[in-house]
Amino acid sequence: MAESLRPIVSYTWLIPVMPLAAFGLILLTGRKGPGRGAYVAIGAIAASFVLSMLVVAWTVSNSAQSLKGPYVAGGHASAHIEYSNEPREEETPHPWQPVGIYNIQPYTEHYDLAPEPFARSVPWVTIGGQPIRMGFVVDPLTAVMLVVVTVVTLLVEVYSIGYMHGDVRYPRFFAYLSLFSAAMLSLVIADNLLLFFVSWELVGLTSYLLIGFWFERPTAMRAAKKAFIVTRLGDVGLFLGVLLLFWYTKTVNLREIFEQIPSLLGMTLHLGKTALPIMPLAGLLLFAGAVGKSAQFPLHVWLPDAMEGPTPVSALIHAATMVAAGVYLVGRMYPVFAYSDHSVSLTVVAVIGAITALMAATIATVVNDIKRVLAYSTISQLGYMMLALGVGGYTAGLLHLLTHAFFKANLFLGSGSVIHGTGTQDIQQMGGLRRHMPRTYWTFLISSAALMGVPFTAGFFSKDEILLEAFHVNKVLFSMGLAAAFLTAFYMTRLISLTFWGEQRDPQIHAHESPRVMTTPLIFLAILSVVAGYVAWPTKNLFHEFLHFGEGHAEFSWQVATMATLAAALGIGLGLALFWKRVIDPSIFRRALPWAYNLLANKYYFDEIYWAILVVPMFWTMNLLARFDQKIIDGLVNGVAYLTVALSILQAWIDKWIVDGIVNFTGGFVKLWGRFFRFAQTGLLQDYALIVFVGLLMIIGVYLYKW
Amino acid sequence: MIPLNWYLFVSGMLFCIGIFGVLSRRNAIAILMGIELMLNAANINLVAFGRFMDPSVLAGHVFAVFVLTVAAAEAAVGLAIIIAVYRNIEHINVDKINIMKW
Repeated sequence: MAESLRPIVSYTWLIPVMPLAAFGLILLTGRKGPGRGAYVAIGAIAASFVLSMLVVAWTVSNSAQSLKGPYVAGGHASAHIEYSNEPREEETPHPWQPVGIYNIQPYTEHYDLAPEPFARSVPWVTIGGQPIRMGFVVDPLTAVMLVVVTVVTLLVEVYSIGYMHGDVRYPRFFAYLSLFSAAMLSLVIADNLLLFFVSWELVGLTSYLLIGFWFERPTAMRAAKKAFIVTRLGDVGLFLGVLLLFWYTKTVNLREIFEQIPSLLGMTLHLGKTALPIMPLAGLLLFAGAVGKSAQFPLHVWLPDAMEGPTPVSALIHAATMVAAGVYLVGRMYPVFAYSDHSVSLTVVAVIGAITALMAATIATVVNDIKRVLAYSTISQLGYMMLALGVGGYTAGLLHLLTHAFFKANLFLGSGSVIHGTGTQDIQQMGGLRRHMPRTYWTFLISSAALMGVPFTAGFFSKDEILLEAFHVNKVLFSMGLAAAFLTAFYMTRLISLTFWGEQRDPQIHAHESPRVMTTPLIFLAILSVVAGYVAWPTKNLFHEFLHFGEGHAEFSWQVATMATLAAALGIGLGLALFWKRVIDPSIFRRALPWAYNLLANKYYFDEIYWAILVVPMFWTMNLLARFDQKIIDGLVNGVAYLTVALSILQAWIDKWIVDGIVNFTGGFVKLWGRFFRFAQTGLLQDYALIVFVGLLMIIGVYLYKW
Repeated sequence: MIPLNWYLFVSGMLFCIGIFGVLSRRNAIAILMGIELMLNAANINLVAFGRFMDPSVLAGHVFAVFVLTVAAAEAAVGLAIIIAVYRNIEHINVDKINIMKW
């Protein structure tokens, strides 16, 4: 199996190239293309999907035969994670290193690099004498991401045929989606940081284009700009991190960087008088990019606004794939993070993840826009993944990436179906949609169950894994995760109660079920939302065998599973009591704690704070600069122009009176002499003959005189 | 044998008479005749030098024959011009012919 698929795997580079070709083709054909562009895009991504599945099949069979662990590390790993509740003893506490909050065997001490499964590269550019090769790598992590991206993209593009039906820029939509999938696929197969960064920026660009797809709406336009600028803040960090690693390792190839990590450990970067250790610094800079892209606290503000884009975009880019790229970044660069058992960067990842998970979940409980509830839920779940990676739960975090991609994409597509059927996004206006949209309702319910962590759905397995990892490492982080799980169950119950159950509240709405082309992808994703978790069955975790960092794996614990399930059940119960049965009046919270409600309803005032401390000073500075530009720079330019005009006038005078004067004088001089000499031309034959004769005599005279 | 100087003297005299004719006569035909005299003076020179320098080489004689040919052609052209002038202004007095000027 493995050997027969090997020739196919060398064509992995075709996976991103096919959607890219589709992008070009749709640009050229536009409305005249097959299916007005849609079939081109779907055909390309279907081809990528098939190829991806073959690549994944090779990876799985190869992994089963010889390979233990991802390409990045862990092949012959002898290490294992020891869990204990006591914090480790610190011999030499470094000011940079807090007390270890997790007990992971550092990459540099015990991990060997796995034999590289499959990588191909070609020479690309030469920077500063360093030849840089561009290529792809196929390892279990790549395989997982290929599954996520191609499956979700394919289903979302099919769904878009129905959702975007009748849109004026229909072909352009599919062109953008194709460009996005091309960039995202090249991101996940990249074997070097430069290609990774280029793809990273390209997915950011397509995100911008698709959020602002309906750019006639000022809110969409503003949301697109906000998303682009906020993620760019993180990308500056990412780029600095890439440069830092390139500077010290003289390569951008991932494997070569990882091989050099042990030699980087003691090195420091001197900035003035402060000496910064390279490894934590590189990790933190890379994580800054992940914070921006994965909408982590404090750069999470762009993702809720990004819901201004079409709903398939929210499902594909802002739930399943692009926002998970930050998690993928941390996973891919895990050796850089896990360089020591007190890694500062991993601690930061875990803390930021936990804060994000809890904060976004609290906001989601009061939001009334169906898509924004899901957006905050996405932020919260991405925080979960970061938390998992931060506490050493490499497998758990990436498993949650996989399952979350399926159920959250389905929830977004379901909300799109609801919006399509009702024409509103406000859940307070909905209600009783269960009867009108049965297919949407059931698929939405299944995916919500997965998100809430109801036992035996996909989300249950992945969330349980994360909480398990956190439980063994730090009780505070675990409690935050548990609280977020409770809130998740609560707000999803609220969402379903208000949307699908009860009676219709707004009589203006005439809900109808969406067409088959939209509901069929929902059904597929609903199935995946359930079955995707079974790869990580607690007693036989196939996913962990496939993708892991080191050998360590937290043992399944009934205690944690019970706590997680109880938290979810409590959340569901509270949600039902408040919003379905109305045993308790939902407005009691608002009346009892108005300040807390206002805090949540205003999203902790993040936008206002950023506006006051970042945007307004920026405007001041920009106005100042504009005035400087207008007065000083423009003044200089105008001054130069005036000077030029004055000099030109002088030069024109010189030209007219001096240069022309000389020319005219020459002409006049010749004319004057000509007027004098023309009297010699009398017209009389004998005058000429006389002159000739006299001339002859003169010549003879001169001749005789000289001789 | 008659010395060379005598020939040169005759030729010089003939040339001076020709120039005098050209410069002093008003009749265009008389001017042409003066020119013929000058050409023939040159011919005498050519033949005399041809005889006295190196009799075996006939360059002087041949050159004189060429001059005769040129003189004939010149006389034909000159007379044709004179006839054309006469047809236009009905005289050939060169003192009065001065329209070819600025």
